[in-house]
Amino acid sequence: MSKVRLLVGTRKGAFVLTSDGKRQQWEIDGPHFAGWEIYHVKGSPVDPDRLYASQTSGWFGQLIQRSNDGGKTWEPVGNQFAYDGVPGTHQWYDGTPHPWEFKRVWHLEPSLNDPDTIFAGVEDAALFRSSDGGQSWHELPGLRGHGSGPHWQPGAGGMCLHTIILDPRDPKRIFVAISAAGAFRTDDSGKTWRPINRGLKSEQIPDPNAEVGHCVHRIAMHSSRPNVLFMQKHWDVMRSDDAGESWREVSGNLPTDFGFPIEVHAHEPETIYVVPIKSDSEHFPLEGKLRVYRSRTGGNEWEALTKGLPQSDCYVNVLRDASSVDSLDTCGIYFGTTGGQVYASANAGDSWAPIVRDLPPVLSVEAQTLA
Amino acid sequence: MIRVMLPAHLRTLANVNGEVKVDVTGQPTQRLVLDALEASYPRLRGTIRDHVTKQRRPFIRFFACERDLSLEPPDTPLPAAVASGAEPLLVVGAMAGG
Repeated sequence: MSKVRLLVGTRKGAFVLTSDGKRQQWEIDGPHFAGWEIYHVKGSPVDPDRLYASQTSGWFGQLIQRSNDGGKTWEPVGNQFAYDGVPGTHQWYDGTPHPWEFKRVWHLEPSLNDPDTIFAGVEDAALFRSSDGGQSWHELPGLRGHGSGPHWQPGAGGMCLHTIILDPRDPKRIFVAISAAGAFRTDDSGKTWRPINRGLKSEQIPDPNAEVGHCVHRIAMHSSRPNVLFMQKHWDVMRSDDAGESWREVSGNLPTDFGFPIEVHAHEPETIYVVPIKSDSEHFPLEGKLRVYRSRTGGNEWEALTKGLPQSDCYVNVLRDASSVDSLDTCGIYFGTTGGQVYASANAGDSWAPIVRDLPPVLSVEAQTLA
Repeated sequence: MIRVMLPAHLRTLANVNGEVKVDVTGQPTQRLVLDALEASYPRLRGTIRDHVTKQRRPFIRFFACERDLSLEPPDTPLPAAVASGAEPLLVVGAMAGG
């Protein structure tokens, strides 16, 4: 019988939540790495028991942990993230040049076909790759070396590379997103990159239509249609039908189009999910009502999903990596909150129930569908 | 024999309980002790000082003999009581955050 395993990263450790295919009863294992910030945990698509975790601390720096048994046991692997060549500078918050400095790994993206190959998106923004199971890491410097690099500027959460999407049909194509530089694409396995931000409009920057400088929060893709991308920008939900060459807004009837995560249904490429948040200065749900919004039309027409979610006095946030879907026949969708709740829906969002209510603030959620 | 007391998170990472002991050749200094510590416990590499520059991480402090040695140059000899093993070198996570 199928199982679902959720890999949950929090401010104070990692948790592994498992259930059978009914997704009603859950076992909670953790905390792993208690007391450390776990920005992201993700499994290899080709070996689901091979997991990688980003473990970080303001005191002790960055560690990468690897598991070969689905999270029962872990071993630290390589933690040296050295920028290629002379790091150079990007812009600081006040517009002055600031040296590139490694701070932490925000996102880990295992290869689609090799469990020993994995990409890491880091702050200050850069993309690293390991081809030896995380033992050693090498920057793909063409991204940071893109001509716009010296003009990148951090968002409020830091200048992080938080989204990595590997194209399932073209192994040379990778999409990444950086706050607050925007989205970028390579078509040559990371040697060269170019911004893919045409159509994004951000009133908060001097030139709202600039080539770079947009605060992209998250991008999602359905594996059957790699040219169709959905984006939750700082403000605005966007869509591209040409692999990022151009974007159009699909916020439609959302009550607010600020937010962080965005997901695509596992079996319906036009069904997408966002969690609207009131504003960039008030990071909590509008009117204290925690609502997931679903569009079955690829955007523009949205419906609120509220059954089982708190509809009063709820002031949590849902961070960019804190949602995920499984691939069971009735698609499950999950998200974690800064209040420590992890919510699950086993029916594509129609109804929800908390799996656990009192974890530390949730930074990331990844669902694995296991045979 | 140099005695080193690690903070709790690094004891967990290194899979040790209580103090650890390392041997250094010659006059013990912060650099030599940390070199020996990282050689014995490779998991600690990068957690106390930078991999390449060997600079102390900002929120790590070194105490010994009721003194803060954090700002001492890394090649300064450690106090005689640390060198003799009478006192431990304390690696401390600074009080900060929550």
